[in-house]
Amino acid sequence: MSKSANTLKERKQMNSNTVLLLITIALFVVLYAAGCVAYGSKGFTNLQTFLNILRSNAGLICVACGMTCVMLTGGIDISVGSLVAMDCMLLAYGMSNWHLSAPVMCLLVLAIGLVFGLVQGFCVGYLEIQPFIVSMAGMFFARGMTAVISTDQLSITADVNQTFYDWSSFRIYLPFGGVPNRKGVVIMPYFGSGVVIALVVLVVIFLMLRYTKFGRSLYAVGGSAQSAAMMGLNVKKTQLKAYVLCSVLTSIGGICYCMNTMSASVSQATGLEMQAIASSVIGGTLLTGGVGNVIGTLFGVLINGTISAIVQTNGKLASSWPNILTAALLCFFIVLQSIFALLKERKK
Amino acid sequence: MSLKKITSHKMFLPVFCMILVLCANMIYDASQGSDFYEFFKVGITNGYLSGRLVNILNRGSETAILAVGMTLVVSASAGTDISVGSVMALCASVCCVILAGPAAPQATELAAPLIVGVLGGIAIGALCGAFNGALVAYLNIQPMVATLILWTAARATGLLVCNNLIVYVRNDTFGILGGFIGMFPTPILVAAIVIAAVALLLKLSAMGLYVQSVGINKKASRIAGLNSKRIIFLCYLLCGVCAAIAGVVASSRITSADSNNIGLNYELDAILAVALGGNSLGGGRFNLAGSIIGAYTIQAITTTMYNMKISTAVTPVFKAIVVIVIVAIQAPPVKAWFKKLSARNASASAKGVANA
Repeated sequence: MSKSANTLKERKQMNSNTVLLLITIALFVVLYAAGCVAYGSKGFTNLQTFLNILRSNAGLICVACGMTCVMLTGGIDISVGSLVAMDCMLLAYGMSNWHLSAPVMCLLVLAIGLVFGLVQGFCVGYLEIQPFIVSMAGMFFARGMTAVISTDQLSITADVNQTFYDWSSFRIYLPFGGVPNRKGVVIMPYFGSGVVIALVVLVVIFLMLRYTKFGRSLYAVGGSAQSAAMMGLNVKKTQLKAYVLCSVLTSIGGICYCMNTMSASVSQATGLEMQAIASSVIGGTLLTGGVGNVIGTLFGVLINGTISAIVQTNGKLASSWPNILTAALLCFFIVLQSIFALLKERKK
Repeated sequence: MSLKKITSHKMFLPVFCMILVLCANMIYDASQGSDFYEFFKVGITNGYLSGRLVNILNRGSETAILAVGMTLVVSASAGTDISVGSVMALCASVCCVILAGPAAPQATELAAPLIVGVLGGIAIGALCGAFNGALVAYLNIQPMVATLILWTAARATGLLVCNNLIVYVRNDTFGILGGFIGMFPTPILVAAIVIAAVALLLKLSAMGLYVQSVGINKKASRIAGLNSKRIIFLCYLLCGVCAAIAGVVASSRITSADSNNIGLNYELDAILAVALGGNSLGGGRFNLAGSIIGAYTIQAITTTMYNMKISTAVTPVFKAIVVIVIVAIQAPPVKAWFKKLSARNASASAKGVANA
């Protein structure tokens, strides 16, 4: 009797978390279907449209995975957008002015991400400063450093760096789903190297969160830092590692982002932190920490991408609509989360 | 011992930073071959008050107004309102669109009385503040996450209101808010009025006491009979109104609404002002005068940087470092470390005395 009551309770507890994820997946399907119905004549139903959403959001997937890891510990990192801008600027400037090779620049960018994460993680974990204040300072620091590197609009062309250009124009064609273009030539749907990197990151982080000690300790710290410490986990070190992971993943995302845009400017990737946070929250990651999954985050990114794809396909809507809609969605899901939390508290 | 008394005074940090910036200016001026008191010179150019000091007071008005609201928010909810910069842009846009009327985006005549536009902007600011306040106070969402929503949405909505254009209201009546009354810069007056009004509100009513009590312990305040939620809500509302006033002044300065640039990075300035003012970002006791001195100190830093010909885009780097250093000094582990260090020193000197 008591056993069945227990399993029932467990199932219920699982439900409140999976409900959020299910809402997210349903929302994505509804949004995409709405786009297909409204703009089917403009080619929204093509498989390529979906792959394009993935292609243009490859960087965001990496960044959002990092953000999810930080948010699992109950923290937040709003410096990611500026860090991506700094990475792009460094890549473009390094290749065009220092004439360094693409792998060296990528390693440099990753190293900077590592140092950035170490400093932020130290401030949050060991100095116990609020994550928001730390990462806000990090945000302005990175944006300012972007301007220190260069205030020009730089672009990476084949002349600047052949290797990086080849990486970015690398395409994998799918064997099905081709659509004839205006000249009647059938073009197979394709995706680029950025998507491959993003999906590899996604799978690695998914496995890490599920099966490694570090992944599980992220959940434990976010669930309750005090109990985690009592279990013998090093809470400070886990937080530090989470921020390092986030910044490194952001740097990988920055490289993907740069491959997609092939340009750099000071105002690049503004609002990316918002999209990353929104993606994680929409995907069911709790802002209080301890609950979440990168699969949900992927759907969060896809929802974001679908919104901007719909706005772009429409062509008449103002460019600020994606920002407003993302914020509205974020608001909706945050309110939903807090209502769930209130209900849970009342049950107790 | 007296040194310790001075350093532990609540006004020590803001005043110390202010003096530091002034000294830096004097040394820089002297090294550039001009008089060391160049900074303090106040003159009259073209019939207007001029000089670097006047300039700082003038340009620092928006930050000071924001700092007033931000201080209350930080004190009551132990979190910051990062939407103030965007709310400034939105309110400026609304105000300018109302004033420009059908002649937007290039208006020279006011379509509505000035007061209608200004009140319209302030109403929108109050609405934004109420939205933030409702999320934080009644839905228990972390303050910075709640304000993150308007941080993106407000600026985007501002662009939408302006139809992605810069709305110009080239009119002297509108320009007066960010310009001059006689030879005196109006923004200084506006800031003074806002500061005085809020200070009076805090002094004459028990509001100041309530805010601190909620900030120190929300639950205990509720048990003591305070409506904690309503007080937090009111703080955010006031912060939104302050952001709106700052936005209207900023747009009046350039007699236009530029949603992309008005209030950009002001949230950092406002938070920095509060931190420089000696307030703990963890909430609780606050020091309004400190925040305001902090706000003008930041403007002094910015002006000094312009003076030294450092690019505007680079200034956030310095400000970010200053924020982290100030907050790190206030962090509990660092404080504990300092205490340990001074205790060790004290015991060492005591031992020295005993040995002697």
